[in-house]
Amino acid sequence: MSKREMNWAAIDTDPRFQELHRKKTSFLWGLMLLSTVYYFMLPIGAAYFQDLFKIKVWGVVNVGILFALSEFVVAWTIAFVYSRKANTEFDIMAQAIIADAHKLGV
Amino acid sequence: MKILNTFAFFAATFLASSSAFAAGGAVADEFKWMTFAVFGVIIAITMAITFWAARTTHTTSEFYAAGRSVSGIQNGWAIAGDYLSAASFLGIAGLISLYGFDGFMYSVGWLVAYITVLLVIAEPCRNIGKYTMGDILAFRNDPKKTKVVAALSTITVSTFYLTAQMVGGGVLIKTLIGIDYEISVIGVGLLMLAYVVFGGMKATTWVQITKAVLLVMASLLLVFLVWSPYGFSLPAYLKAVIGDDKVIAQVAKLLGSAAATMSKEELGQRFLEPGLFLKNPIDQISLGMALVLGTAGMPHILMRFFTVPSAQAARTSVIWAMAIIGGFYVLTLFLGTGAAMLVGPAKIAGIDPGGNMAGPLLAQYLGGGANSLLGNFFLAFVAAVAFATIVAVVAGLVLASASAMAHDIYVGVIKGDRASQKEQVVAARVSSLIVGLMAITVGILAKGQNVAHLVALAFAVAASSNLPAVFLTLYWKKCNTTGIIAGMLIGSITAIGLVMISPNMTYPKAVLSAAKKVMEGEPAVEAKAAILGEGLKCELFAVCPKAEPAKPAQAAKPGAPEKKAGLQAKLAIATDAAEKAKIEKDIVGLDKTITKAEDDLKKFAGQTTSMMGLEKPFFLLKNPGLLSIPLGFLCVILFSLVTRDKRAEEMWDELYVRQNTGINAEGANVH
Repeated sequence: MSKREMNWAAIDTDPRFQELHRKKTSFLWGLMLLSTVYYFMLPIGAAYFQDLFKIKVWGVVNVGILFALSEFVVAWTIAFVYSRKANTEFDIMAQAIIADAHKLGV
Repeated sequence: MKILNTFAFFAATFLASSSAFAAGGAVADEFKWMTFAVFGVIIAITMAITFWAARTTHTTSEFYAAGRSVSGIQNGWAIAGDYLSAASFLGIAGLISLYGFDGFMYSVGWLVAYITVLLVIAEPCRNIGKYTMGDILAFRNDPKKTKVVAALSTITVSTFYLTAQMVGGGVLIKTLIGIDYEISVIGVGLLMLAYVVFGGMKATTWVQITKAVLLVMASLLLVFLVWSPYGFSLPAYLKAVIGDDKVIAQVAKLLGSAAATMSKEELGQRFLEPGLFLKNPIDQISLGMALVLGTAGMPHILMRFFTVPSAQAARTSVIWAMAIIGGFYVLTLFLGTGAAMLVGPAKIAGIDPGGNMAGPLLAQYLGGGANSLLGNFFLAFVAAVAFATIVAVVAGLVLASASAMAHDIYVGVIKGDRASQKEQVVAARVSSLIVGLMAITVGILAKGQNVAHLVALAFAVAASSNLPAVFLTLYWKKCNTTGIIAGMLIGSITAIGLVMISPNMTYPKAVLSAAKKVMEGEPAVEAKAAILGEGLKCELFAVCPKAEPAKPAQAAKPGAPEKKAGLQAKLAIATDAAEKAKIEKDIVGLDKTITKAEDDLKKFAGQTTSMMGLEKPFFLLKNPGLLSIPLGFLCVILFSLVTRDKRAEEMWDELYVRQNTGINAEGANVH
């Protein structure tokens, strides 16, 4: 693929690119914040809420173990949600910009 | 043909040396042939891969990035193979087998780290980068300056990680099959060099995929065998684990005098509750920060995203990697608890105090035990997977360091980006050779050193130096060259500096007093009231009293020689054969403790301070991330704000559009 010279500033200011930027930024920050907060709840819970973690809920299985397992489920869910959004929305928005890229600002 | 001969030479040397020096280790001598046969098969497979890959590795894009022809799914498996080092594969199962819940909790951060990789790093890096982290930073910053700093940081991080892998690998192979430490290190080094030098990224990728597939297969089989007797019910299985006497004895041992008032049932349940291993939550959070942000700054992980054809494929590969890595850690919960129930924590820790042998011993047990053919075949298989793990991870690290040396420093800085394809590939192969030989040397020199903290340090440096630089270059308009250089240097120096004055180092005074306690016993200690700390500052630095919980009174303890004399007296009057055997075993254990204490007393005699001239740690956490990561980010931001860089500003539009759309991204090779 040969490298094409583009008017990058024009693409950057194009409303469609701005829309993609806005949507992506808020979506990514939201997921990132959620995953970080959820992750750090585990060591904090294990250290300061031991009485809660020790409550048995499913035979000998306690809240702590279920919470640790839920960390995996939450991580996978975040990955799934992001990839769906990216595949069905961000990629299509980006495609539209790429298709018009060489026409913008020439 | 010449290449084939060289491979044959490497393989033959390795096998010959292994069989010649094997004595001792977890595998009994009469079953060693089987271990070597399994090792031989795995080495043969990886050599065939390398031979095949070497024939299609001619250009730089082929050498560093496998021609960008690796599919998303393949790359996902390769990332898992690159990431699941012996430390996580054997170490976490071991921690779970010894400490229950805390071991499992420890594994979570290693998966959550991939959220950062997925959301902010993988796709933009694929769209902007070429072969190295330096390429990403050089896009809008001063290319020469940033490439030098990026290469330095890459080599630093990789060397820390590499040293830990080489030393860990050498010890592991010695423990498993009794091959001498030096021979193991040289064997691992030569094999890895063959993959990297001849087959470049393509061979490395497929060795990593092979290893990940073997690892997942082995774990699935073991978990099936462990869990199926309980009808795949989690509560029923865990109930059996915590009802086991070996597990209860381990918990009682960990809790010490506090266990006296607890019932058997309470002790067992305690195995599933937090606090048996991880005692300092602030240190936990500090490590968590290093993992979550450091993985995304690991050069050998970043490099994997240049091997796929597009940003979409990069995304797919992280999703697959997360499924495999996460699934594997869930399996380790069963491997660890299974080993605790069936093999027993005391036996596991007896062979390796860190618990690394939990997985292999469990495999041996499930196959039918130490004297059965199938049991030893299982053990051989797990040992071979462990071996494949080490070479696969080391190959990825060497390739990352070599690319920084050859592509960033030699081609980018010294040659000013004017070098022919052929020159570049030669440079890449020579650099791999240099880095590989360096790794072997460092591995041998570091024999017997405590290197466990080097993995955590590698993640801390990556999180404090690489990640702030890459992240802010990609997402912040005002970021510039001065900010990147200052941030990376200050971030990494702070992380390393804090570790140098942390409890990770050896403090002779503490070692001496511990050895003295072993030899002479301890006087009775009165109960202590809880100390109220004076805030966060006191938890981090030794400048004021740290908060401490109340401690119960402790009776005087006799020294080890005194205990030994007591046992010998007991042995003399013991009549029962089983009782005699038990006492004899205890005496052997005591002898080991005494020898170690005597060695320590001799080794550190007259010394009072650590390498840094400290009597005791000044920085109180084992993980520096809590301070060094924010500092790294802060320095990039501050130095960017106070300086101006025309190129960084002008290139922003191009970078931001390209990282989001993939326009003009490096394409896949068309053959």
